[in-house]
Amino acid sequence: MNATDYIRILPELVLTVFGMIVMLIEPLLPEHNDRKGLGMLALVGSLLAIAATFYQAGYPGQAWFGMVQVDSFSVFFHLIVGFVAATVILASFEYLAVQGIRLGEYYGLILLGAVGMMLMSSAVELVLIFIALEISSISTYILAGFRRRAAISAESSLKYFLLGSFATAFFLYGVALMFGATGSTSIYPIAASLRTGAPALAYAGMALMFIGLGFKVASAPFHVWTPDVYEGAPAPVVALMSTAPKAAAFAVLLRILFAAAAPGWFWIVWCSAALSMTLGNIGALVQTNVKRMLAYSSIAHAGYLLCAFAAAKDIGISAAIFYAAAYAVMNAGAFIVIAHFASHNERYVLIDDYAGLGRRAPGLAAVLTVFLLSLIGIPITGGFFAKFYVFSAALKSDLVGLTIIGVVNSAIAAYYYLRVIVVMYMREPKEDTPIMPMPVALGVSLTAAVVVTIYLGVLPGRVLNYALQGARDLVK
Amino acid sequence: MVPLSYYLVLSAVLFACGVAGFLMKRNIITIFMCIELMLNGVNLAFVAFAAHWHRLSGQVFVFFVMVVAAAEAAVGLAIIISVFRTRETLNVDRVNLLKL
Repeated sequence: MNATDYIRILPELVLTVFGMIVMLIEPLLPEHNDRKGLGMLALVGSLLAIAATFYQAGYPGQAWFGMVQVDSFSVFFHLIVGFVAATVILASFEYLAVQGIRLGEYYGLILLGAVGMMLMSSAVELVLIFIALEISSISTYILAGFRRRAAISAESSLKYFLLGSFATAFFLYGVALMFGATGSTSIYPIAASLRTGAPALAYAGMALMFIGLGFKVASAPFHVWTPDVYEGAPAPVVALMSTAPKAAAFAVLLRILFAAAAPGWFWIVWCSAALSMTLGNIGALVQTNVKRMLAYSSIAHAGYLLCAFAAAKDIGISAAIFYAAAYAVMNAGAFIVIAHFASHNERYVLIDDYAGLGRRAPGLAAVLTVFLLSLIGIPITGGFFAKFYVFSAALKSDLVGLTIIGVVNSAIAAYYYLRVIVVMYMREPKEDTPIMPMPVALGVSLTAAVVVTIYLGVLPGRVLNYALQGARDLVK
Repeated sequence: MVPLSYYLVLSAVLFACGVAGFLMKRNIITIFMCIELMLNGVNLAFVAFAAHWHRLSGQVFVFFVMVVAAAEAAVGLAIIISVFRTRETLNVDRVNLLKL
């Protein structure tokens, strides 16, 4: 145990320390304090964690007796989680003030949840993967119910909690069977043991782990909880939990499927991808609530991402990693705009409420348009290259059927995203929906999200190269 | 000596009971208890495999599962209380503001 061991968990350490400090200061503050200071402290913590990740990238390798492994794969996902946490914290100042929530634990929970998500991407031991998964899940269960007086928020939290724990039990049973099949709980020894032949137990273990993680990433047929939970949870929390924990769960799935070389997953992933894309997009078509619509769209995006899983190793994994990054940025951005517009008690969340937004708040509407276009996959946005790489990886691996399903689905998806844009720009405004001025913090966070979305769409080369390197590190 | 398969069958039965209860029961607390039952089925499998492989890591895993289950119970009961405060019912069929 030497200094490099600590460097290899430095971002997590930073976040834990700041999360604890926030939790400890919170009860000392007077009741009427608006907790903005704690929010700033949390922001500093998440930015320091990003800096620590860059520092950590210079020290690749395993640490803590083969529990964690730092490689470009884990660094990439650390950066996604850190970026999402920082933007969500920035966007929450105004949201909490508008909703009248004066609880500093909110920021502490975001930081501690981020610890779990970051650990999920660097853990190479199933014990640690399980603990990290639970750290991130338990924090998000609480965050989903943070509008305590609103019945829908409590209900959303309850549904998320019950189905999340149900899924965790499946994941654990899968881990137990994998342990029984190989005699180890560490990713690389498992891979070594499976290479000599996989017993039937390993297949069952793989399938059960996929069920557990399928719930976490909201892929069909394990997606039913998503629309309800996203509709009821506070909008900035949805910005966090529809992106960062999902990316982390995809990282775990990549590690188990590729690094541990779990057997017999191809058709499971294929069917889940096709089902997620189709059910997600069809479900989104009929929604009137924007949060619910984006919840169905996030199911569809999980499907596109799984397409990349089914493709061949190197390019498929790098396409999946790139997609996770692009999706995280654009989806978080879209939900942050929704959080600003929702106003007190989240009153304005229907698509009709967005009528005339283009005229009354041109800046906000333009930003939302960028994110929606990126979610469709229009060129010069990150969403375009993400989809392009996923489908070209699928085609290169001769997955013609899956690619056709994916492209048809992207066309269907364009309809419901464009409908929001049409309502914003072409429909007469309803006069009773007020527009609040945009605070600086929110502006900064939205600018960051837009800049990254466009950057990924115009100059994807560097990020893609890094993703490719991550993919190579993963299967090495 | 009791063979490994006996333990595995028992653990699968416990897990299946938990799943069946989760899907069929209507009281939130009972549903929560069914999840605990599933976790205990998993624990039994871990211990049985640990004895089979003569490796301690399976038994250590069980400790972590128990600790995490306790943490989950603390948060879960708090969530159930907040649902009861807003809806005054513990029947999942009546916690239905968000259409499923």
